[in-house]
Amino acid sequence: MYRYDEFDHAFVAERVEQFRGQVARRIAGELTEDAFKPLRLMNGLYLQLHAYMLRVAIPYGTLSARQMRKLAYIARTHDRGYGHFTTRQNIQFNWPKLDDVPTILDELADVEMHAIQTSGNCIRNTTADPLAGVAADEIDDPRVYAEIIRQWSTLHPEFSFLPRKFKIAVTGSPNDRAVTRGHDIGLRMHRDLQGRPGFEVMVGGGQGRTPIMAKTIRNFLPVDHLLSYLEAVLRVYNQLGRRDNIYKARIKILVQSEGAEKFAELVEAEWLQIRDNAVDLPMEERDRIAAYFAPPRYDDLPDVCPALDLAIAADRRFAAWVESNVVAHKQPGYAIATISLKPHGGIPGDASADQMDAVATLSEKFGFGELRVSYKQNLILPDVAKADLLALWRALDGLDLGTANAGRISDIIACPGLDYCNLANARSIPIAQRISERFTDLQRERDIGDISLNISGCINACAHHHVANIGILGVNKNGTEFYQVTLGGVATEDAAVGAIIGPAFDEWQIADAVEDIVDVYLHQRQTDETFIETYQRIGPQPFKETLYGTDQARQAG
Amino acid sequence: MALIKHGKLADNIWHDTDEFAELQALAPLGPVIVDLDIWRQHRDEILAQIARIGGRIGLRLTPGQTPDLVAADLDHFELIELQFAKFTDGRAYSQARLLRGRHGFKSELRASGDILRDQLTFMLRCGFDSFLVATDHQAEAILEAVEEFAHWYQPALDQGATIPALRRRIHGAAGASTADCAAAWAY
Repeated sequence: MYRYDEFDHAFVAERVEQFRGQVARRIAGELTEDAFKPLRLMNGLYLQLHAYMLRVAIPYGTLSARQMRKLAYIARTHDRGYGHFTTRQNIQFNWPKLDDVPTILDELADVEMHAIQTSGNCIRNTTADPLAGVAADEIDDPRVYAEIIRQWSTLHPEFSFLPRKFKIAVTGSPNDRAVTRGHDIGLRMHRDLQGRPGFEVMVGGGQGRTPIMAKTIRNFLPVDHLLSYLEAVLRVYNQLGRRDNIYKARIKILVQSEGAEKFAELVEAEWLQIRDNAVDLPMEERDRIAAYFAPPRYDDLPDVCPALDLAIAADRRFAAWVESNVVAHKQPGYAIATISLKPHGGIPGDASADQMDAVATLSEKFGFGELRVSYKQNLILPDVAKADLLALWRALDGLDLGTANAGRISDIIACPGLDYCNLANARSIPIAQRISERFTDLQRERDIGDISLNISGCINACAHHHVANIGILGVNKNGTEFYQVTLGGVATEDAAVGAIIGPAFDEWQIADAVEDIVDVYLHQRQTDETFIETYQRIGPQPFKETLYGTDQARQAG
Repeated sequence: MALIKHGKLADNIWHDTDEFAELQALAPLGPVIVDLDIWRQHRDEILAQIARIGGRIGLRLTPGQTPDLVAADLDHFELIELQFAKFTDGRAYSQARLLRGRHGFKSELRASGDILRDQLTFMLRCGFDSFLVATDHQAEAILEAVEEFAHWYQPALDQGATIPALRRRIHGAAGASTADCAAAWAY
């Protein structure tokens, strides 16, 4: 893991002191709320429906056990005993008091964390493949580059007041687990013919009210030029992005209006001017950062683990958990385990302080004291010896963290919705709870197999409903909440935006509608087809007919 | 209005105009700032007047006007003013960097408009060296903010060494092999 050196420590401490001064000026009445707002937002502090909300950055979703314990401590001491993990691999605290926030930031700085740029029209926390460094299919470790981007983008003097927020995601693997095409800039690693690593640069993705998947503007950017190229993209955007309309201000609108080819030309022209200047890190600096992400000292283990095979044969619940929540590790004898934060009927992404503490301990017992947060709002233990999986699952099961549903229909991504958020039009959490309660039968969830279901409480699409196989969007019609359904979205390397299936459902119909959609799939699927494969083969019509009846389906279609 | 220049309160000697006729009246009083339209329409007359009776000219660019438009004329200006109509409009940061870094503009680079204490260091790092703010009180508050950070991560137009550069000085080229992060990393 990356560790702060004296410069990082000093920088974050200076930032905390700066914010402490700003909060003091706000409380003393020297700063109006209007003047304070951009300052608190640059430090991750939002004003929500009922209270302030503090969003803490978890750079590229990587946490140490010590950091997780600190998050538990903050949840317990300064909040109401829980935190909410987000699709941007961050954590949100929903009830901090304003005058506590500088102290919370001090506590975070102690464990090398901060809330810088988790909000505002600046470069946000860079996200990455949550399986970085351990995935069997990886070309190179994206955390190295995500950390380089984190440092470069931190309080960037030129790019802190962009037209709109700016999100960058990095994957080092051909199987995209970071939704790179859904970002303002997506970086996907490839190797050239000489075997040198570089990035495919995709620009202009985003969801919100205009969902667009990013276009590739450069097929191969040598890693040495990463920062100068990013600087070129950002400079073009900072000058030309629209500032007259908040809904047209994201870079996706600029790329769309200029055309991807023209936009690429503008970037290349700017990059030619700066590609050899000082912004790119020299090789030894990059290597110095890369060294922090060196693999831990794995034991030399056989990849075949008879004890695990026996345990799988002996316990159906454990077998189901291994099937859904455990994936292959690049190191023989090890596995990657997902800790589901989606208990049936629970609040997606929430973890209690006690659960956080317990998970920190498990990461030390069954790994090297490291944890990951995934964009699916789950936690991941990256380095579990296969022989330890049973003991791990038993411990998780006792903490209500052992649900065997990673990648299943109850692994729902949901935003906080109208229960917390002042932008929301409708509640997300109760809908997620109601739907997941329909799928408590383990055998049925296994039978349905890989599927994604995401619920956003407003058009801002924080839960990524556009790229879910089944997307649900909360809308408000004359004071009543309704839920619009999209089908066919894909969040992986073949990213696609789903299409609206027909008229919206009310809060009592929506769970039935989801069950109907699943039933159509189960009846229509051919051998081994996943939900999305069936949908792509048969199209929306059979779903429309079941949901709305034949007449209405014809109208809707 | 109060002016901060090179880190201190200073007198503003510059006049400001949107009209060429006024420019001719103001010129004998001292240096004058004109906008891009006046400059483009009356460039030769202004230069002739300066040649004839002397005078100093400054240019004001709006946030949408790229410095490329005046790249060839920069030597004529003793000051360029860039505007922050709202502090959230960050285009002038890029304009400043381009003027200083790409076009080599060496004279006074002034920020005007909605300038807040907490943006001052960003402006300094992008090459601004003077700031026109509403009141003396505001100017004093702004000056306090300059010292809040010792070092920064990314290179810009200020003089201080960046954090990556300082790390290289400490660790040398072989800095990767410290005890904390001893590991082979090979491409």
